[in-house]
Amino acid sequence: MPVSKDKLIFHVIGYTFLIVLSILCLLPLLFILGGSFSSEQSVILKGFSLIPEDFSLEAYQLSFKNPKDLLNAYFISTSVVLVGTTVGLMITAMTGYVLSRRDFRYRNQFSFYIYFTSVFSGGLVPWYIMMVSYLDMKNNFLALILPALLNVFYIIVMKSFMAGLPFELIESGKVDGANELRIFFKLILPISKPVLATIGLFIALGYWNDFFAAMLFISDESLMPLQYYLYRLVNSVDTLSRIAAMTGVPIPDMPKETLKLAMTVLVVMPIIFVYPFVQRFIVGGITVGAVKG
Amino acid sequence: MVVRKDGVWQELKRNKLLFLMLFPGVLYFFIFQYVPMSGIVLAFKNYTYSGGIFGSEWNGWANFDFFFRSGKAWIITRNTILYNVAFMVTGLVLQLATAIFIAEIGTRFVKKYIQSSLLFPFFISWVVVGAFIYNLFSFELGTINYYMRAWGFEPIDFYGNTEVWSYILVFFNNWKYVGYNSLIYLAAIMGIDKSLYEAADIDGASIWQRARLITLPLLTPTIMILMLLAVGHLFRGNFELFYNVIGTNGLLYDQTDVIDTYVFRSLIQSPDIGMSSAAGLYQAVLCLVVILITNYVIRKYNPDYALF
Repeated sequence: MPVSKDKLIFHVIGYTFLIVLSILCLLPLLFILGGSFSSEQSVILKGFSLIPEDFSLEAYQLSFKNPKDLLNAYFISTSVVLVGTTVGLMITAMTGYVLSRRDFRYRNQFSFYIYFTSVFSGGLVPWYIMMVSYLDMKNNFLALILPALLNVFYIIVMKSFMAGLPFELIESGKVDGANELRIFFKLILPISKPVLATIGLFIALGYWNDFFAAMLFISDESLMPLQYYLYRLVNSVDTLSRIAAMTGVPIPDMPKETLKLAMTVLVVMPIIFVYPFVQRFIVGGITVGAVKG
Repeated sequence: MVVRKDGVWQELKRNKLLFLMLFPGVLYFFIFQYVPMSGIVLAFKNYTYSGGIFGSEWNGWANFDFFFRSGKAWIITRNTILYNVAFMVTGLVLQLATAIFIAEIGTRFVKKYIQSSLLFPFFISWVVVGAFIYNLFSFELGTINYYMRAWGFEPIDFYGNTEVWSYILVFFNNWKYVGYNSLIYLAAIMGIDKSLYEAADIDGASIWQRARLITLPLLTPTIMILMLLAVGHLFRGNFELFYNVIGTNGLLYDQTDVIDTYVFRSLIQSPDIGMSSAAGLYQAVLCLVVILITNYVIRKYNPDYALF
């Protein structure tokens, strides 16, 4: 069959559009990568370019000269992701499960109770005061976890997925004499793997990329997660001067701009490594959410 | 099912394990959402650290008065609405186009490759995005100005120029979310009955007609739901976007300050607790009103699309 003219035009426009878009999506990272391998001298004289004119590993050498802060930030971020995702996912699954039970009498009331918080809230200020003055969250590891622990939308997705499971499963569990906890852990969780994986990934990604909680509550260097560490490095001089003090390189000699870029690369690195594995879960997960939600 | 008319306590006893499983979630929302709601009284108080939320003196509408007289209220409200509308409209067009193009063309390999690269920005934190926006637009060091100079043009001072930032913010917001949101539309397109397309092909419909007369109408429910959710956030700014791109560059506030960044700054930098809670309450009430109105309108028009 000959390709019709309108189909050809459609394909030309479509391909151009998609290719330009996908290049745009990757390009900024190549700029950062290029900049991070440039020498500070060439950056100061000419600015950042895509291809380093004057190749240099200076910034990376400095990053690894005394990597204590950086490694600590990695450690904090990883712990936050592990603890937050495990606990958050567990509670999301339990809440979603109970709300999905058709035979649970108050499920509509509880659903509304949870849903309402996404419509109205007390705002940032009372929340902040409660966290700081009443729960003592200033420079507390928990402050990095609690704000993003539960999310109304994830609970709704979880609930709609579990509501789609055959109810006979629960009934058969009951007939066999299993209690509710056993039914949940042995029957429901194993067949809910797709939604658990997706929501878990979203929670984990949220924690990994979060800097807001740290900016509000953390000033202690030893509790700083990766994103906030990077934020401070990029936006203020005190982290730079700290690095200068730790590595013994005086501030005027320090490759400031390229150091920032090298750090950015180091922060993005873990994402780049897990991305190929994680990406297809997200694709599958959005499909779950879009069809069910 | 037999409707049992016994009380809460019997129910609690019968389903104690279910209640136990629900408890952490309910407690969480109670502590982190409902308790702070009582803190909205702060908007009407003159907050002092010694008095705390409930011990401080009432001062009526003075905080609101101050907030509205500061001249900021109008600017940040206007910016928040305009940015959200711009995000919604440009986002919808781009995401729909992306989804339709991906669905219609390409081999599996091309589709996979394009999808992966479009989704990538979604994984990057706004901190990183903020870093490379600086890297692109900085006057002395930015990549754009590097090429401007190399090709003999005058460099542009982006950070001293307020107008361009609305475009930059809209551009990067779309850049970050186009892949993610188009996946939702793509999933919906994949759910469309294939026989509709086959029938259209037999009737000699062009590929444009297929998109316009089958895909778009059948996507309407999904579009409506996503738009509804977006409208509910009309008065909320994406804090991380605005804060990481603009930061505390006061020069640009007229064009780039939204309610969220304003409330944050007045809380952290100039600890005027009363006024920032007034601004926060103003935002929360606007959000609630907008959600109720949209929901009411939608329910009148088509109850299936309503949120509640």
